[in-house]
Order: sequence, then structure tokens, then C-alpha cells
Amino acid sequence: MVHREIEMLRVRANEIRKDIIRMLGRAGSGHPGGSLSAADIVAALYFKVLRIDPQNPRRPDRDRFILSKGHAAPVLYAALAQRGFFPREELDTLRRLGSRLQGHPDMKKLPGVEMSTGSLGQGLSVANGVALAGKLDGLDYRVYVLLGDGEIQEGQVWEAAMAAAHYKLDNLTAFLDHNRMQIDGPIEKVMSPEPVPDKWRAFGWDVQVIDGHDMAGILRALEKAGSVKGKPQMIVAETVKGKGVSFMENQVGWHGVAPKPGEVERALAELGDRGPVEGEG
Amino acid sequence: MAGKTATREAYGKALAELGKLNGRVVVLDADLSKSTKTADFAGVFPDRFFNMGIAEQNMIGTAAGLASAGKIPFASTFAVFAAGRAFEQIRNSVAYAGLNVKIAATHAGVTVGEDGGSHQSVEDIALMRSLPSMTVFVPADEAETFGAVRAAAEMEGPVYIRLGRAGVPPVHGDGFRFVPGKAVVLREGRDAAVIAAGIMVSAALEAASVLAGEGIECRVLSMHTVKPLDVEAVVAAARETGALVTAEEHSVIGGLGGAVCEAVCGNFPVPVKRVGLPDVFGESGKPEELLEKFGLTPSGIAAAVREAIKMKAGVKG
Repeated sequence: MVHREIEMLRVRANEIRKDIIRMLGRAGSGHPGGSLSAADIVAALYFKVLRIDPQNPRRPDRDRFILSKGHAAPVLYAALAQRGFFPREELDTLRRLGSRLQGHPDMKKLPGVEMSTGSLGQGLSVANGVALAGKLDGLDYRVYVLLGDGEIQEGQVWEAAMAAAHYKLDNLTAFLDHNRMQIDGPIEKVMSPEPVPDKWRAFGWDVQVIDGHDMAGILRALEKAGSVKGKPQMIVAETVKGKGVSFMENQVGWHGVAPKPGEVERALAELGDRGPVEGEG
Repeated sequence: MAGKTATREAYGKALAELGKLNGRVVVLDADLSKSTKTADFAGVFPDRFFNMGIAEQNMIGTAAGLASAGKIPFASTFAVFAAGRAFEQIRNSVAYAGLNVKIAATHAGVTVGEDGGSHQSVEDIALMRSLPSMTVFVPADEAETFGAVRAAAEMEGPVYIRLGRAGVPPVHGDGFRFVPGKAVVLREGRDAAVIAAGIMVSAALEAASVLAGEGIECRVLSMHTVKPLDVEAVVAAARETGALVTAEEHSVIGGLGGAVCEAVCGNFPVPVKRVGLPDVFGESGKPEELLEKFGLTPSGIAAAVREAIKMKAGVKG
């Protein structure tokens, strides 16, 4: 991987983080912690990996990304806007009456959103269906899905895990945003899903464990996943909730509370050292 | 009268036929394909059939994903597990997402019989009807089932088709054409109207024959589309007969009876008597014993018609 490209993606992830902070500050509510923890993964997907065309968002052979942990909508909206699916200024309308940027992603309203999510535990099943359709139609698109680590407490996730392996959906790659926090506290205290990698392996998946904030590592894992045959792939990404904003990092209180104006300024100052980049968007 | 056919049997045949006509149709089941009759489709189109095991929530989500990629999925299991177990998946992954998923649920109502109340869905129409954008079909016989399956595949958007286990006689003659959202007047009458769906349509016709012997002329409508309800036909029946009876193999709360009451009270209020399960669960027994116990019979409907006519006349029912 070219060093310059990795650096570009890092800067892009930082830009996504800044948009997350800005839009949540304006909205006055929403979920910063789990949006920030997923920013590097989402940047890698939208600015390097996904075969998508913002001018033709429904083309049948496009790659799909499904944000199963739909409360992290800001990270998806920032990536879609920066990638050119809709004007970046529209991020200011998040959660407002009449906005296409609903509190949780709504595929009927916003181009680029592949699935309406937000009710946890449902995205992997949908990803399975899209992957099955790709196999039926002989299309070579890939399906990516991002799950939260609290989310996998939902039983439906394991129904879907079983089915993906049963149908040998090797065109499906899942990420687990393993930030170890949920609304009520550390996941291991609320309801431990550990050991996470062993569980996915036992369900018949190819499993990798990576640092979810190491851009080169994310890209390497995606490349490796893409070469796996006969099995769906799980990339367990070890992440930090609130990553990039010191006062939010590993603070469970920042799961579902928006920053106040002063906090927005402090957060942007921390993130602001890197200027905006001219990318593909 | 020709022999009886269960609507689930008709569904299996209709689905296999549809598979030939439309390559986008795929079918999912949750380990009940021999009972729901999706096995008929699986036998002809094994590559377009997906057994999802005993996992209804994932089945509905997978159907949503298939629909988002352009397929027309029919997902089947018993009504209790489709509308009940997977309700929130149907709500959020299908209806809220606006996806083109068809849920064909069999073994609805008490005619499930011996398996008992745990398996007898008496609330699925109410659940499905409450979801924005959902179309709800409750076919009465083989012809309506064929029509409902065909219509579901042709229309864009989520559809719930409610099917039964027990055999039912045909209520339509040759030349019947299924039009979604249009009630079918099977018998004319001016004294009262029975609006029925599913297996209760043939019972309503029998009731009307009995009542005719007493000099009561009763209109009978098959309301195969409970949502969107044919409000025009309901209001016409209310205006022209002044006394309505609804009949369904479902709770009296929230199903066809509820839908008809909502329609008349906002448009042309008349007395409405609802024949259905009186806010109770079913139990084990032979289907005909259970129908008898809950009054889901021609005589039960006839009694309701007499009461409705008394109410119309201002006599306390």
C-alpha cells in the first residue's frame, strides 16, 4: 500500500470525525461515541474499497455497506456526503423535521443508504439476503456490514451468523466495532458476548482481529477477507469508543449525548490540526 | 359443489406456477415447507428456495435483503411465527424500509386444531393491518388465493397473505377475477350485510341461505383485502342494508371487524355485530369443534344477523 494513500485515508477519517462532531453539536442529540469509533473503518470502505458511484447510487453491481448499528448514523452520513452522494451542507439538517438525515438511517429518504437500520440486530440478516441475491444473479459485488459489540447480544445476529456460513456467503464481510461499551456500561458488565472471535469461528466464519484505528491494518484485513472462499468473514476491530476526542474516549456517558457548543469547539480543536483534503468526493 | 381445498394448498400451487412466470420470485421458509406448501416451489425451483431453519427473524431480514437487490421474496411460516415472532423485523426491516417482501402465513386461526392455542394465530390481521404501507389479503378459497399470490407479486411493497390449514369449499364460480382492494358481492340482500374473510366466507353464504328461509335477505361480501379496506363497499352495505355483521377466524379486536367498524363510524354509522374470537386464545380440539365452540359457524353468523337487524329497528340487541 502506498504510504501517501494511507495518509490520505487517515486525513479522511479525521474529516469524518469533524463532521460527526459538528452535525451532532448542531442537532443537539445523537450518538458520538460509536460514530467516532467506526470512523477509520468507514473511511477505508468509502474512500478505498467500495465499488460505488454517487451519480448512480442504485446500480445493480455496486458494493453494499450496511450500517447495522444504525445509531452511528453520523459516521455514515459524513462519509456519504464527503463521497458526493448529497451536499455536505445538508449534514446540518441532521435529526430536524423534514430532513433526509433521520436520527437513524432511512433508505427511502437518503441516496447511498443501503438499508434502514437502527433497531439493533437486523442488519446482518439483510446483508445475507443481498449476498444471496448476488450469488443468484452471478454478480460479483461484495456486501459489507458493520455491527456493534453490544448489538451482538441480539439473538437474531446469531441466526444470521449461522445462515451466512450455511449458505457459504464468501461475498460477505462483517466488521465488529469492538469498543467494549454500551449505553448501560461496559459490555462485559451488562451482558458479556466474549470471547467474541471464538464465537464467530464456532459459527463457521473466517475471523481476523485487528486494531480498528490502524488504517494500514484495516486495508490489509479487507484484502485478506476478499480472498477467502466458501466462508463469510468477520473482522473484529478493536476500537476505542469516542476515538479522536480525548474527553470522549472510553467514556460510556458519550454513547448517546451530543456535545454542547463549548465541547464542540474543544473537540474540533483537537481534531482540527489536519486540514480538509481533496479526495474522490 | 366442488371438493374442498385448503388455502395453503392453493398457495403452494400458485407459487410454483408464479415461479415459472417470474424469475425474480424467490421463496423462503422456516422449516415448515411441507406444511406451508412452499415445498411445491422448492421441488421445481430448488435454486430459488431458501430454507432458513427455525429462525423467523432472520428469515424476514434475509427476505428484506433479497428484495433490496431486486428479488420478489415470498417468506412463509405459520402465522403465529410470521406476524408474531418476526413482527418487529417486518415492521422495521420490511415495512419501514419500504421493501418488496411478501409474507405468506399459513395455519392462521383456530382451524390449526389439535396443536392448540400456542399455534393458533388470532391476532395476526390486527398486527399486520396496523403497519403503514402493508397490504393484507385474507383469501377465502383457492381462486382468491391464486389471485392474491399473483397480485402480491405484481404490486410493489410489503404484502401479508393469511392462509389456513383446513379445506374450504370454493365460493366463486368460473370467471372470477381477483381485484386487490375490491370486495366481492357474492349474494345480494337489503335486510343486512355480512362482511366476511377467509374460511368464514363460505359460512356466511350458508348463513344467508338459512336466513332466506326466514324471510331475511342478507347481502354477503368476501372482503379478501382487509387492507386497504374497500370502504366504498362497506359504506354502501351500511347505507343500503342498515345492519352489518363481520365474520372472521380472528379476534374480534383489530381484525376485519375492527376495520369495518372504523370505516362505518367515520362515514355512515350503523350497528355492526362482530363474529370472531371474543378476546380469548384458542385451544386443542378438532377444527370443527373449535369453530363450534367459538360460534364461527353459519348459525353463529345467522344469530348475529338477527341481532343486528333488531338493533337497526331500535330494539335492544
